[in-house]
Amino acid sequence: MSHQKSFQYADLLSVLERVVDIMSAPDQYSYPSVFIYGHRATGKSHVVLSIMKDLELPHASVDCVECVSSGLLFHQVLSAFFGPDAAALLPRCPSLSDFVRLYKQMSSNSPATQTRYIILDRAERMRDMDFSLLPALLRLQELVNDNVTVILLSEIVWEKFRPNTGCFEPLLFHFPDYSKGKSLVQILSWDHHPSYTPELYASYINILLGVFFSVCRDLRELRHLAVLNFSKFCEPLEKGEAKESDIHKLWKNIEPHLQRAMQTVYLREVSSVQWEQQQMDEKEATTLRVLSAHAHIELPYYSKFLLIAAYLASFNPARTDRRFFLKSHGKIRKTNFLKKHEKTSNHLLGPKPFPLDRLMAIFYSVVDSRVAPTASVFSQISSLVTLQLLSQVGHDDQLDSPKYKCSVSLDFILAISRCVCVCVRLLDLLALSLVIQSQVVRQERSLFTAVSNLHLL
Amino acid sequence: MSEIPLTSSVSKGCFVFKSASKKRKRHVGVGGYLVDDSDENGSDRFRICQKLWETVQTNTEVIQDQLNKKVLDSLAEFIKKHGLGCSSDNWRQRAREIPTAALMLGVNVPDHAMTFRSLCNLLQDSVTPFVVSVHAKECAAVKLLIQKVLEQLMGRGVSVDEEQEDDTALLQRTQCTISALCQWYKTVTKKSTQVFPQRTESLTNSDFPQSLPVVVIFKDFEAFNSQVLQDFILICSRYTQELPFIFIFGIATSPSAIQHRLPHSVSSLLCIEVFHSLSCTQHLASVFDKLILNSQFPFKLSSRVIQVLVGIFLYHDFSVQNFVKGLQFSMLEHFKSQPLSMLCCQKQEALLSAKTLSKKNVERIRHLPSFMRYVETQEPQEQVRLLTNDEHVKEVCQKLLKNLHKYHKNYYPILQCLHSLTSSLPKFPLGKHIRELHVSCIEKNLWETEEYDSALQLLRILAKDELVAALRKCAEILKSTKILQNVLQQLEDFIGRLEALEGVSSEDSSGNGIISGKMEYQKTDLFQLQKTLLEKESRRTKRMNPFEVLRSQVIEFIDSLVREYLTPAELQPLNEVCYYSSSGVLRQRLNVTPRTSIQAALSHPFYYLQNESLKTDAGTISSAAPDLCIVYKLHLECGRLINLYDWLEAFLTVMSAAEDQDTNSEECGKYDSLKHARFIQAVSEMEFLGFIKSTKQKTDHVARLTWGGC
Repeated sequence: MSHQKSFQYADLLSVLERVVDIMSAPDQYSYPSVFIYGHRATGKSHVVLSIMKDLELPHASVDCVECVSSGLLFHQVLSAFFGPDAAALLPRCPSLSDFVRLYKQMSSNSPATQTRYIILDRAERMRDMDFSLLPALLRLQELVNDNVTVILLSEIVWEKFRPNTGCFEPLLFHFPDYSKGKSLVQILSWDHHPSYTPELYASYINILLGVFFSVCRDLRELRHLAVLNFSKFCEPLEKGEAKESDIHKLWKNIEPHLQRAMQTVYLREVSSVQWEQQQMDEKEATTLRVLSAHAHIELPYYSKFLLIAAYLASFNPARTDRRFFLKSHGKIRKTNFLKKHEKTSNHLLGPKPFPLDRLMAIFYSVVDSRVAPTASVFSQISSLVTLQLLSQVGHDDQLDSPKYKCSVSLDFILAISRCVCVCVRLLDLLALSLVIQSQVVRQERSLFTAVSNLHLL
Repeated sequence: MSEIPLTSSVSKGCFVFKSASKKRKRHVGVGGYLVDDSDENGSDRFRICQKLWETVQTNTEVIQDQLNKKVLDSLAEFIKKHGLGCSSDNWRQRAREIPTAALMLGVNVPDHAMTFRSLCNLLQDSVTPFVVSVHAKECAAVKLLIQKVLEQLMGRGVSVDEEQEDDTALLQRTQCTISALCQWYKTVTKKSTQVFPQRTESLTNSDFPQSLPVVVIFKDFEAFNSQVLQDFILICSRYTQELPFIFIFGIATSPSAIQHRLPHSVSSLLCIEVFHSLSCTQHLASVFDKLILNSQFPFKLSSRVIQVLVGIFLYHDFSVQNFVKGLQFSMLEHFKSQPLSMLCCQKQEALLSAKTLSKKNVERIRHLPSFMRYVETQEPQEQVRLLTNDEHVKEVCQKLLKNLHKYHKNYYPILQCLHSLTSSLPKFPLGKHIRELHVSCIEKNLWETEEYDSALQLLRILAKDELVAALRKCAEILKSTKILQNVLQQLEDFIGRLEALEGVSSEDSSGNGIISGKMEYQKTDLFQLQKTLLEKESRRTKRMNPFEVLRSQVIEFIDSLVREYLTPAELQPLNEVCYYSSSGVLRQRLNVTPRTSIQAALSHPFYYLQNESLKTDAGTISSAAPDLCIVYKLHLECGRLINLYDWLEAFLTVMSAAEDQDTNSEECGKYDSLKHARFIQAVSEMEFLGFIKSTKQKTDHVARLTWGGC
């Protein structure tokens, strides 16, 4: 099976043929377990379920996300095969053997005339459940002595499932990604608008894919975007400014719009309803405020300082505290001030944990006025933790010396300190401690842009 | 306990008996705490206090409702819109998106409860009966979250823990899944459409089969485990066809929190719209207007107390709820500690109780500092009468109370006028908020401050249209209060004259040119402008145009108003009756410092124990102090690691210092097992208090947990 992108529509058909092959002799015992994998929206569940429906095979379809306990899974399977009464016979907290026993009992009453299928969607969740569940389900046919096949659907390859102890190897199928050239265009063109020609829609899809294919191959997402933006595409046609053959003109009209869509509605910065609203009253030029535009958070005065102190504690090495925060720090030779490994940006390494004492010490030296160590100052720390601006690390010594990490970005801290800083000293401090890092941050950023440019190419 | 309770147990052990006979005999009503032996009107004060508190409560609720009305209405609108279902364009992907409202509430988490309560009520009344609100701490796992949702919707216990040993009937046991909820929802909606067809019709006003949405409110979005949320959203999105879910995320920080918590595959299932609630500072401002800047509300706070309460709000929590609690606390303190607070009520009532003042209270009035100041200003004859004649004091007291009420009545409108005049000035010389102006007014003579001078300077250079607009606003404020009619008259007179000036000044081209020139300057640099204008003014005092003459008249008039009405409250006789001023107590109670008080107790045991023998000079360690204090003081001298043996030695030395006088020195230094035990106990108490902890770095050492030693 080819894993390449250069996948042809015929390949899918061959996979389908093989899948159908397995299911085509329902009165014979089938292979005990089948594992189907492929990326999101490559049609795994859709194919399997429609085969089930078309061939009218008895099946139980379960989404593993829903099964918060294995009992729910058993319950759903039993009620799909033998009716809710059978499922009600399950004990309070059913174990695997309860399930097998009950299944056996039920299937002896009504033995399978056709192969029964258990379809487990998002099977990767099974790995978090009871460790014996997956191996047992893989050879359920043996256990219950019934013509039953378990079909696992997943986005992850089988290698990640295989338990340490080994297990029955299921039959593997791969659903390859759709290729840009043919299959995606073909599939997306199916839901063309009735009032326009299929050719026009196909060219629209081509333009859409030209913009979005580099970032998104999810068929569902692409269909969603196609529907959202089609009215905009048709606007010149309706106004009579262009004919259907003026592909270039239409492209010029829609292209910037799609680019904007990629930055907003695709990332869910703007909801689809708002996006449509915006399209309708485009003339008023309402600029929608995207989600990440409201990054500013109003915090109480001391919370701001606590957050700044936490940031400084997280990104500066503790050795440098004396230099930054003490008025009369000792002389430090410049040459060896920072060790070699400290010269790499702390922003690349991420925040480091710091004890509460250090946070408070920096806090007191950063705040210009004298602050009493009141209970509310300490409670602000914990409320910052619940707001997830700080995060608590480590579990061993929570009472005596808790440790925290600062989990906000540099830009956020700069914004906060800008609105707090009446005193120049703090700005200096921030600048001092950040100057070491800024160099590398800049490099980092240019790297990011370079990477994203490459990606777009 | 009169009799020894019997046990039927033969085994040895500890038994706890809650004696039934020892019911609280001396059950005091809450009001009883205010009743002192020495004073007879405690219950009156309690009644007044309670009445005031009730008005505070209703007022704050009304304010909250008013402020939240807009955002709640728009939320309800949003839910109604999505509840109807956009059936016209119902393609598959769209249908899978769950409409989600991100409700920005700000970081003042304590206040959110009230907002959510009114939101729930509003939704249940007007949109849908199916409203669920979940709290992060009850939902550590998806299972529990689903259980909570099901419980609240279906109104009965849902078994989730299979291990749980309760034998409810098997039929009642519902599977704790969303599909079970789906079944339930179908039956309920079917029933409701059968039973109340007219109700659903009234809700929709259309022929569409209306489906009532199921609203799930996540009260504290940030605190939720992101995995739980993701799973829940994935599960719910599978059922959007049958169950019209709508989510409301209560977000304290910023909407980008959603993107931080949820990956794209999950957030693509949501259709998020952002709603902003009013900021907490605006909320505080309206509470302040209603409760403190209001002459109808007899209880007042002194400037220091206001500063403490506002400081707690701004520096620590942003919580209006806590601010109101602080107000309540100061009210209770005032009515408890000040016996004359019985006069702190509405005017008629106060006058009535002033007539019937007891002898003791009359004496108390005589001792009030403000009353003493008042007496000093009187004629000698009058002074004698005031100090000897009780009846006369009562009469004067009534007069003074009337004056006080009148002062308050005039004070607030003028304060608002001054604020509206100065709040538009650059750099806000008198403060951005009216509360800052209020604080500086009741604290000292406003007209003696530099800020006031600079504000007047700025007012003196206002352009005509600005001045007229500002004066109009003042007139509006005065009109709405219906007092100070003569002031209003004068103001309107000024406005009229300013407007009549129009024709004159247009003829006078030079004056006009100056004014328009000023307008241009104002856009560029105010500081420079101020300087140059002041210079100019000093140069051209002689040839002021009529507008400038009139303007200086207006400013003088305003100045006279300020001097007449905005006098500090402390100068008013009998202000102690209404004003609560002990800010120290308030700070101590509301902004507690547990560490400082523990340290105070340990280093100065006298402070709490009040035992004369414990009085020591600073720096010395008295052996009379409790062991814990001695150990604490000794540990302060150590570094980060403390050698237990050295510590014990030092402890023994201190202990034996006291005994030196009466015993010979041979015995000291010898280990007394009793002293040893006392030392160990004190050390373990230190550990319990969190000053030290055992360490594995060195044997026989403990680590200090507080800094500042070495």
